[in-house]
Amino acid sequence: MQVTRDFSHYVRAAGAGLQHIDLAVEGVHCAGCMAKIERGLSAIPDVTLARVNLTDRRVALEWKEGTLDPGRFIDRLEELGYKAYPYETESAEATEVAESRFLLRCLGIAAFATMNVMMLSIPVWSGNVSDMLPEQRDFFHWLSALIALPAAAYAGQPFFRSAWRALSNKTTNMDVPISIGVCLALGMSVVETVNHAEHTYFDAAIMLLTFLLVGRFLDQNMRRRTRAVAGNLAALKAETAAKFVGPDEISQVPVAAIHPGDIVLLRPGERCAVDGTVIEGRSEIDQSLITGETLYVTAEHGTPVYAGSMNISGTLRLRVSAASESTLLAEITRLLDNALAARSRYMRLADRASRLYAPVVHATALVTILGWVIAGAGWHDAIVTGVAVLIITCPCALGLAIPTVQTVASGAMFKAGVLLNAGDAIERLAEADHVIFDKTGTLTLPDLEVMNAAAIPADIFGLAGRLALSSHHPVAAAVAQAAGAKSPILGAVEEAGQGVRAVVDGVELRLGRPSFCGAAALAGSATLDPEASVVAFSKGAEKFILSVRQGLRPDAKAVIAALKARNIGVEILSGDREPAVIAAARALDVAEWRAGVTPTDKIARIEELKRRGAKVLMVGDGMNDAPSLAAAHVSMSPISAAHLSQATADLVFLGRPLAPVVAAIDSARKALHLMRQNLWLAIGYNLLAVPVAISGIVTPLIAAAAMSGSSILVMLNSLRARSTSREVV
Amino acid sequence: MEILVYLVPLALLLGGAGLAAFLWSLRSGQYDDLDGAAWRAIADDDPPPQEAPAKR
Repeated sequence: MQVTRDFSHYVRAAGAGLQHIDLAVEGVHCAGCMAKIERGLSAIPDVTLARVNLTDRRVALEWKEGTLDPGRFIDRLEELGYKAYPYETESAEATEVAESRFLLRCLGIAAFATMNVMMLSIPVWSGNVSDMLPEQRDFFHWLSALIALPAAAYAGQPFFRSAWRALSNKTTNMDVPISIGVCLALGMSVVETVNHAEHTYFDAAIMLLTFLLVGRFLDQNMRRRTRAVAGNLAALKAETAAKFVGPDEISQVPVAAIHPGDIVLLRPGERCAVDGTVIEGRSEIDQSLITGETLYVTAEHGTPVYAGSMNISGTLRLRVSAASESTLLAEITRLLDNALAARSRYMRLADRASRLYAPVVHATALVTILGWVIAGAGWHDAIVTGVAVLIITCPCALGLAIPTVQTVASGAMFKAGVLLNAGDAIERLAEADHVIFDKTGTLTLPDLEVMNAAAIPADIFGLAGRLALSSHHPVAAAVAQAAGAKSPILGAVEEAGQGVRAVVDGVELRLGRPSFCGAAALAGSATLDPEASVVAFSKGAEKFILSVRQGLRPDAKAVIAALKARNIGVEILSGDREPAVIAAARALDVAEWRAGVTPTDKIARIEELKRRGAKVLMVGDGMNDAPSLAAAHVSMSPISAAHLSQATADLVFLGRPLAPVVAAIDSARKALHLMRQNLWLAIGYNLLAVPVAISGIVTPLIAAAAMSGSSILVMLNSLRARSTSREVV
Repeated sequence: MEILVYLVPLALLLGGAGLAAFLWSLRSGQYDDLDGAAWRAIADDDPPPQEAPAKR
């Protein structure tokens, strides 16, 4: 059977007879890598562009149409020592990039306008106390209006749009008082300019927008960066399937290019990337990523196989099905929809603050106007003072208080190996006081480990590892890895469903089922872990038993202890069998656990805890965890999780250790503390500034100074979120 | 104060030129890879390998 790699799905025409492909590359982190890759790839004839993006860790390539196969670039990068895979921009990421650019453009325009309006304001401020002709002052005011009005109309769009969205949903957010403040300040300034008045607030209004856009842009940029890393990781997982393009010809194609009805081949040791039904073959499959159950399931004609299942023994042919055909998947999707709808009701700290803030500020402004009128001032002066109150209280610092902390905190989490999926995850994570762990793939590592390697002589174990290299079976792969085997034994023969055998120096070696190695009696008598898969190894008459299972994450116990030390409740909810869950719970010293739990039970348990007032953090990876990840107050997934779970989780952590869970909780708590502190700073500033504004002595100079002073204070305070302590466990 | 007649348009023109330059740099993708750009500035400018003469 002939196998070809087909990357045509990722190639697009770049015009002028050129073709373009984007590759995600692993391990690029310095200028040296950048130069090495660019030179290495440009050396291929007919390549017209090879450019590394160090921020996103990607390479853009262009070449003359029809001259090269994209697979060649991947091979070339492999030679240079980098793992690469074609990358397809997801629509979510494309939106983030466009949004980020738009904010940067708004920021540029607002900053340009601020600088120029300030330049015009300074002579007016100083002219007011010395000698400036009223005509000159008016001229400067008109000029300021000419710059500030169009700039504010453009750069204010992010705020105006969001405020409008909130108002049309009959709620408020922070952008409502911002928009009202800016619009009123500009409107009043135009009226004052027409009336040849002394004070206008063009400078304050446009400066306010600039400061707020800085916060928005930083926030957006961090999110974009996180999204890019997540996108790369997804691309490097290289989800492909062997699709039949002819009766006897298969092509390795990306999952995105597979359609329902296609027939794919699933070989032993491969993880299925699509949902389908078996049409030919017989095998055992590991569905632990889907159900949490670690016991293998037999797959034969008609058995549904879900994406994420690992094929263990035989080769299968699958017919790809549409997603919602099966009961399990349909059930999970239904639960997920319900849970997601419930979660969107969470109100962010900023919105809660603005819900209190907007009415208070607007009422104060109104009372100021009425107060001055009652005190005998004219309507014009009273309204000018009222608007001054709105400008000075316009939540510049308040608008920066949360996004700046969020940016700095998500940067710190990013370094600790945690990616944020949801914008409000930090706030929710900080509140978590009960953690529910899934067992399989979360507390345990997704790959298998040999548990009794120490009990077997090193030379025998090395030999078993070398023999294991000749098998596709995942258990064999684990043995080979544990033994650090490099060179396979020549002439090894694999017997499907049984094991591998070879003859070395006249002695027969066998690795596989205990019965295959004649060690059934030994396996039966040995008191081994009920969890583990048992394989036997025989060298002539010598027989050994290897017990292979998913090991706990190296620091799982320390992490659980650290969580308990932080007064956070810990519990295990697993879809796996009871003995397996008990073993894990004992090893980790967790008192509360439930085994054999269905997705519905998991949600019920979370609801029960919610009713008791607990804020639940759910950490899980399987597809069966997806609904409970959505139902929990906040959720986390390892990067090895099923697609659906990863998309649902608020945070995703990388790597083998479990420590990022604690690190993330710590940073989130610190960040929430700083957010609150920033809000108090902003409120304190308002308490000082409002009486001054009400008394009617706020000049544009005072407004400008107060606004920049409070914004800078808040930004500096936010930077403290960077210094997260390294000792987490 | 007639000098304002020249100075004000000049100031606006210079400011506008700065803004135009910024918008151009944004459009031509110079903000897409800030980390990479920082390193490129100090990288050695070796001539490209022989196989690919002046492909850019």
